[in-house]
Amino acid sequence: MQEPHEPADRAIVVKDVRKRYGDTHAVDGVSLEVETGEFFGILGPNGAGKTTTLEMIEGLREPDSGEIRVLGLSPWPRNPRLLPRFGVQMQVSSFFERLTAREQLRAFASLYGVPQTVADELLERFGLTEKAGNRVEQLSGGQAQRLSIACALVHDPDIVFLDEPTAGLDPQARRNLWDVLRDINGQGKTVVLTTHFLDEAEILCDRVAIMDRGRILESGPPAELVRGLGSATRIAVRAGTLPVEEAAGLFPDAEVGEDEVSLTIATKDPSGVLSVLAGKNALTGLSVRGATLEDVFLELTGREYRA
Amino acid sequence: MRGFPTLSRIMFLGFVRDRAAMFFTILFPLIFLIIMGGLFQSGGAPQSRLITIGAVPMIDLLPAQGRAEVDKVLQISRLDDAEQALTQVRNGDAAAAVQQRGDQVVMHFSAADTTSSGIVRSVMEGIIQAANLATTGQPPRFSLTLNQVENKALPQIQYLTPGILGWAIATGATFTAASTLVLWREKRILRRLTLTPVRFPAVTGARVLVSLGIALAQTVIFLAVAVGFFGLKLASHWWTSIPLILAGTLAFLAIGLLAGAKAKSVETANAVSNLIVIPMAFLSGSFFPLSMAPQWLQNVAEVFPLRHLNTGMLDSLARGLDPAAILPELGILLGFAAVITTLAVWLFRWNDI
Ligand SMILES: Nc1ncnc2c1ncn2[C@@H]1O[C@H](COP(=O)(O)OP(=O)(O)OP(=O)(O)O)[C@@H](O)[C@H]1O
Ligand SMILES: [Mg+2]
Repeated sequence: MQEPHEPADRAIVVKDVRKRYGDTHAVDGVSLEVETGEFFGILGPNGAGKTTTLEMIEGLREPDSGEIRVLGLSPWPRNPRLLPRFGVQMQVSSFFERLTAREQLRAFASLYGVPQTVADELLERFGLTEKAGNRVEQLSGGQAQRLSIACALVHDPDIVFLDEPTAGLDPQARRNLWDVLRDINGQGKTVVLTTHFLDEAEILCDRVAIMDRGRILESGPPAELVRGLGSATRIAVRAGTLPVEEAAGLFPDAEVGEDEVSLTIATKDPSGVLSVLAGKNALTGLSVRGATLEDVFLELTGREYRA
Repeated sequence: MRGFPTLSRIMFLGFVRDRAAMFFTILFPLIFLIIMGGLFQSGGAPQSRLITIGAVPMIDLLPAQGRAEVDKVLQISRLDDAEQALTQVRNGDAAAAVQQRGDQVVMHFSAADTTSSGIVRSVMEGIIQAANLATTGQPPRFSLTLNQVENKALPQIQYLTPGILGWAIATGATFTAASTLVLWREKRILRRLTLTPVRFPAVTGARVLVSLGIALAQTVIFLAVAVGFFGLKLASHWWTSIPLILAGTLAFLAIGLLAGAKAKSVETANAVSNLIVIPMAFLSGSFFPLSMAPQWLQNVAEVFPLRHLNTGMLDSLARGLDPAAILPELGILLGFAAVITTLAVWLFRWNDI
């Protein structure tokens, strides 16, 4: 069963995994590897199969076919040796009814045999101390989300799975969570998350996989994916700084457009364009925007809505 | 069992903080007991009212001792207006009216209330027979002494308490079992727990422990109220009701688990529990004795664990039978619990996905 010499630096190995629900190929031949200590992101539109993939890795769902190894062990059927080594925050949080936030976290701590003080520290770390005495039913969406993530971390797992952890968080809480996750990752823990926020993936992840319709379309470090797209840098100055016709004449290789607010030049030679603009003293209201992961994402998955 | 103490604590807190659950398992049955206990407290069998139309020498000339006996069951008053007396009988204000014409005693009664008119009739027949006998001048050869098998004039509360307590325990165990496990499945808590080192026996074990605790708490509160306010007399071996209650709770938990096994939502699970518990309570004689029901219905009732719990508790709490007398009921309850639990665990969907 277990391959004898699984390289120790592979925390997760997924080989050609499939899962079908009726006619839906929720996961349709996914292969991926996550190294120990890596920060890995799975991106994809709604219904792409992110949650299904994640839950098969966690051992919550059984793959129809394919092979999964987590820390060299098979997560299915439920593997008690593996369970204490990873922490999971599910997309839909679920709490014991009528407990307070503190009781909730302490309950999880004692289920894992962890001292209660750890729970209290986590409350503090996630900014929930003030709400510690409130019933979980009375927490706001973002507070509940933070509590759910805290519950995933209570037993200091080696691998952390987070299914859209920043959904519903305000900007402060989002950045706060980023700090916590970077911190955890800095301690050598492996983090796997799914997200719809591409800036977040770009900032946090060592590597991302872009999924759609049950398949992985592209994977690699965000910067590499962006570069690979070879898309233009968009340089904008305030409208009227330079007549459109003149700009189009100056930069024949670029795409030039203007609206009420700004004149935009999309070019693959940003430094050339910038030096010409500087020479003409036409840099009022300058903004430069390179291609982002979002451009890669939209390029790969298209712009139309998904079911 | 890892997580057992924690899960028990969680379930206990979940219960005591659930006002609706507290109301339906403790307060509501208690209100029932208070109402029914209050209704019957006025004295064993209610007195029937008898009107004498004009003078009825047959009654008026009863010896003092005989009159006292009659007064225990009949409340006799005189009304000279026959028409008015008959109206009262027709309205049900009086059980019957009697009139004496010479040697003839005429009794007017309404078919609407055969029980109380039956009582009056038998008392009147008794009086007349005694009078007939007296005219012969011979001492009576045969006599009948009536003796109720239970403690004489056993107050109604002795019957009510075990029945209503049994019903309360059945409600508590069935509903809490069905709703926690279904709620935990519906809210994906069970799913979340599969990711922790906790195993399902710890979850069900915690549920059983908390439900047994609730049943004992119900028993203590019930007996305290019944003894304190309604003069319930606990028979000497009343403690034998404790193993019965624990075994009954296991059986009801099994029913709850079965009700929740396939139910998609808590509401459905509760509806299914209701469909089982309410008929079971009536057919098990929780609210009124089953002795007046037809035999076949009494036979059907034997399939319900509550029937056996009620019988056992009546033996133990009210009749004061020997501890050994409850063993058959205890065995039936445990057997029922074992069979239904096996079935329920086999059918129960732990996971929604
Ligand atoms: N239990 C299930 N039964 C039937 N279909 C399912 C089930 N779980 C997932 N699916 C289907 O599989 C597909 C992938 O679902 P999944 O939850 O993995 O998507 P996702 O990428 O996590 O989407 P989102 O971004 O909206 O969370 C969807 O089309 C979904 O309808
Ligand atoms: Mg999802």
